[in-house]
Amino acid sequence: MPDHGPASLGKVAPAACGAWRLAALRMGVPLLAATALILAAWTAAGSAKAGFLFGVVLPYGSLALFLGGITWRVLYWARAPVPFAITTTCGQQVSLPWIRSSPLENPHTRWGVAGRVLLEMLAFRSLLRNVRHRWVADEGSPPRLVFRASLGLWVGAIVFHYSLLLVLLHHARFFLDPVFGWIEGISRLDSFFRVGSAAFFLSGIALTAAALYLLGRRVTDPWMRHLSLPSDYFPLYLLLGIALTGGMMHYSTRTDVPAVKAFCLGLAALHPGTLAGVGPLFHVHLALACVLLAYIPFSKLAHMAALPLSPTRNLPGAGRMIRHRNPWNRPVPVHTYGEYEDEYRDKMKAAGIPVERQAP
Amino acid sequence: MPFDPSPRDWLEPTTKFAAGRWSYSAKPKALNTLGFPNPRDWSPAEPDWKLPDNWKEIILQGLKERMGRFRSLRIFMDSCVRCGACADKCHYFIGTGDPKNMPVLRAELLRSVYRGEMTLAGRILGRLVGARRLTPEVLREWFYYFYQCTECRRCSVFCPFGIDQAEITMLGRELLNLLGLNINWVMDPAAKCFMTGNHLGITPHALKDNLEFFVDTIEEITGIRIDPPINKKGAQVLFVAPSGDLLAEPGIFTLMGYLLVLHQSGLDYTWSTYASEGGNFGMFASHDLMKSLNAKIYAEARRLGVKWILGGECGHMWRVAHQYMETMNGPADFLEEPVSPITGTRFENARTTRMVHIAEFTADLIHHGRLRLAPERNDGYRVTYHDSCNPARSMGLLEEPRYILGKTCRHFHEMPAETIREKTFCCGCGAGLGSEECMDLRMRGGIPRAEAVRAVREKHGVNLLSCICAIDRAVLPTLMERWVPDVGVAGLHELVGNALVLDGEKPRTTNLRGEPLGGGVA
Repeated sequence: MPDHGPASLGKVAPAACGAWRLAALRMGVPLLAATALILAAWTAAGSAKAGFLFGVVLPYGSLALFLGGITWRVLYWARAPVPFAITTTCGQQVSLPWIRSSPLENPHTRWGVAGRVLLEMLAFRSLLRNVRHRWVADEGSPPRLVFRASLGLWVGAIVFHYSLLLVLLHHARFFLDPVFGWIEGISRLDSFFRVGSAAFFLSGIALTAAALYLLGRRVTDPWMRHLSLPSDYFPLYLLLGIALTGGMMHYSTRTDVPAVKAFCLGLAALHPGTLAGVGPLFHVHLALACVLLAYIPFSKLAHMAALPLSPTRNLPGAGRMIRHRNPWNRPVPVHTYGEYEDEYRDKMKAAGIPVERQAP
Repeated sequence: MPFDPSPRDWLEPTTKFAAGRWSYSAKPKALNTLGFPNPRDWSPAEPDWKLPDNWKEIILQGLKERMGRFRSLRIFMDSCVRCGACADKCHYFIGTGDPKNMPVLRAELLRSVYRGEMTLAGRILGRLVGARRLTPEVLREWFYYFYQCTECRRCSVFCPFGIDQAEITMLGRELLNLLGLNINWVMDPAAKCFMTGNHLGITPHALKDNLEFFVDTIEEITGIRIDPPINKKGAQVLFVAPSGDLLAEPGIFTLMGYLLVLHQSGLDYTWSTYASEGGNFGMFASHDLMKSLNAKIYAEARRLGVKWILGGECGHMWRVAHQYMETMNGPADFLEEPVSPITGTRFENARTTRMVHIAEFTADLIHHGRLRLAPERNDGYRVTYHDSCNPARSMGLLEEPRYILGKTCRHFHEMPAETIREKTFCCGCGAGLGSEECMDLRMRGGIPRAEAVRAVREKHGVNLLSCICAIDRAVLPTLMERWVPDVGVAGLHELVGNALVLDGEKPRTTNLRGEPLGGGVA
């Protein structure tokens, strides 16, 4: 029997949690790596080979790594069979006609499954369920285990991903001429407020804030600090670096926008131009973005492609209704009824239990 | 202080096993019966686990093979972002405060080896990307923590990618089993089930004796003598229950409830001594063993020539029946689509596997007014309902039991919303972790469930925890005694059995437990 009742479990001491030195190492090493990348890009910006490096190697190389890598990764996942329908059911099954089932939380049709996966991809449905446990001690009574909704991660994740999408859409203006009207429209809405002469993009600020929040919870929450790896911090640093350099170019330093646009249009048209006259900040921005892009397929960032393939979410919950085939279903040893009856026949007969054969 | 994560890097293996948190090793006899590798006498507490020399090769080869056979494993190894949503969803984490009981870290125990041994980045960058090599210490840690997971799937409800620790534990245990690293509380029942047809090793004549004892008890209480058929060829329906209900309180009262409902409904059914187990401890060792034990049910249904199968109240039994059975041992084309001969209801949702849950069957009877009920007989109980993990999260059987409770009890109160339905908390003893020796783990893992019961005990005076799982019935009484004394445990059909009015029965003076009506749990 445990010596601790819920009473002693109630006394959580976050201060005692985690080892800061280890955590600092885990946060620090990727920070150094990101800083080194920034310095390298800054330095390389002024070199003789800068045009080739930033105009050809980085953008096309990273794009190739991203496309090739993510294709390889998805094919690697998809090539493995799904032997069993291991759906996690999060609502009432379809059963008797007078019981209302949950078509999205426990789907039994293709449409239901599609809806479930889409809700998960577009609205982060499962994160929306999040609750945190807490021990609450009232005066004079033992502590109680209570749960409260915890939507911080959902809000952070939604803001992060959607503002990232918006920021990427804004960047389409550099690669398109003319820019699609709907992108212009989104950009106009997003930059409703102005700072001086520069358009003030809410999405950029939201992205930075959300990334800082996601970083912050890894650093401040003792359990998150305990479990986070350098590879969890690294992409956040890259992204913050990209956002910061982007913001600096947009709001403070004078960047030759027409030159950048000409460069990007050249990239899109497979006629890489030069970056003559464009400052090193842009080189850093571009280099970090390329590294991040190439990093996606080979890291946890590939999660975006994994979700629609996740067998607990993309299969119907009605396991007894819909046949699921296992391509490698294989024979296993079975103790047959015949063997069983041979062993117990006399006793079965004595007990008046019917048997198949009177003797072996 | 239980809530004090080791200041050490979690990539350092935990090799010190806390007292009461691990189970004894499987005896060679059970492994020999099942043809499992490396049968020997050994103890997890000893430094020498008597492994084959090429143990590492066996595990890595086994992992590679399984990566080829299970997309789930590939996806779950690659896609976790360590967002922490699952961290405090595990009852063992809440109860022990051990960081490696956070589902994310339990999964990382395997992921780190996958990265370190099977990916280029992991081999080069090592700890920077959370990679490590497979060492004897890591293996010890796997054993310790893969047998501290009840495969309840609560974490997978909250994971934004649906990563399912149950799947990782199942495959992790499969790997451990390649080396003969298994526990007796799983392998002994599995071996018995293989030979005798049920986990408890109840022989055919003993099964008949047990049923006769229940028939006698029912006659004493109701004045009606019923005659449950055994191995009856040509019956319409094969009934399969978890064998735990045949042996111990309070499961036996649930079983009496089945007998009463089946008798009163007039269903032409039969018990089987060969397929005398609905549960499946094979699931807690390997997919192959799960299939092997499960095969008996269809084989027996075919031999007896029944039309469809009815299943009793059991948790992981229904995970197997709902998500594995037909895939593994089907197609069930020798059976018919289940139709209730009493109400004419076609159980559309079971049209392929052709196995119906008794809660579905009984709910349908009640809905059609085919059962006369006297819910006041349960007035001594103030009832709450524990959604057993697998029927909730691997099936979605949520409303049927509640409908039945609503018709058979007059005092019913739900536990807090975060602890029921798909968010239900495990009893803390599933997946083969119900042994005496891991009592500390059991009592800690049961804390969230117990706390929720305590909440309704204090608020509504609840004195009975109902459930639809045989493991629940076996272990929850101990848990209640430890944390919420004076709360009893009952299967759903015990309450049905109490309330059900049989044709021609005498006025009842006691419930199925022999307690005066209206008394309630002592």
